[in-house]
Amino acid sequence: MKVAVIRFPGSNCDQDAYHSLREDVGVDAAYVWHEERSLAGFDAVFLPGGFTYGDYLRCGAMAARAPIMDEVRRMADSGYPILGACNGFQVLCEAGILPGALLLNAEQKFVCRMVTLKAENRKTFWTQGVDRLIRLPVAHGEGRFTCDDETLKRLNGEGRVAFRYVPYEERDTSYNVNGSLDDIAGITNEMGNVLGMMPHPERATRKILGSDDGLTVLKALTLVGAR
Amino acid sequence: MTVRSAKIKEMTTVRVYVTLKPSLLDSAGRTVAGSLQKLGYDELEDARIGKMIELKLNDYSEERVKSMCDKLLANPVIENYRFEVVA
Repeated sequence: MKVAVIRFPGSNCDQDAYHSLREDVGVDAAYVWHEERSLAGFDAVFLPGGFTYGDYLRCGAMAARAPIMDEVRRMADSGYPILGACNGFQVLCEAGILPGALLLNAEQKFVCRMVTLKAENRKTFWTQGVDRLIRLPVAHGEGRFTCDDETLKRLNGEGRVAFRYVPYEERDTSYNVNGSLDDIAGITNEMGNVLGMMPHPERATRKILGSDDGLTVLKALTLVGAR
Repeated sequence: MTVRSAKIKEMTTVRVYVTLKPSLLDSAGRTVAGSLQKLGYDELEDARIGKMIELKLNDYSEERVKSMCDKLLANPVIENYRFEVVA
């Protein structure tokens, strides 16, 4: 299992992803520059967080049109595991690989805190190991998921809401940290191989980081046989 | 003073206006509205923020500008756009 960690100008969670994948998850990983056109030899893709192209125009808008994205789209369509976290989620939506969009947080603030997530559908590739509520960090200004009513109905009806924000304790009223529609924190494509989520599993792979719950998501990569 | 004989291509300026769909909460706009209200502009009910992108083109085609909007400048999931030729 070799994971391509895509680097765009302005990516800043690329090293977190690279090191957590190699050292904590136990799979091979390598950086791939966004101007590359081939992902030959890779079995999965990680689109890291950051502020690609300074978040100019819209978050992820320019990155979604980078040369490497044709290849990412091809791998998505062929069923390879693809995970976009934070800015990576925004890139996947902007590229049309996932539906919907991420808007400025409802409370206008950049949120940097731990969130609690519930895996709504454990039958997808990425959620198969998430056997409990998990705690992951978020750090974003634009994470308010939105989509039209018909898309929302489909996402809910087809089990494509991978994660929802839930309260950590009863009095936690701000658990939906960005005002996302239906408390949605992450969604998958129709096949379930592509996951986009605002929280960062790659930043929670060791107890010393405050949580190692990210492993429940990322360890799915170890379940794929070598191709 | 030297007079340059180089051909000056005629430029067309197009302004593209991108706005958040009316059904979506514009949290930044709401903050601005709140600030104006605090300054005493009680007549203000709401404010919404959009983007204006000015394009300089040496060859104008409505179809090509539309394609720029569809491909990059606006996201149809959350935004509407319109454009006008200003010069």
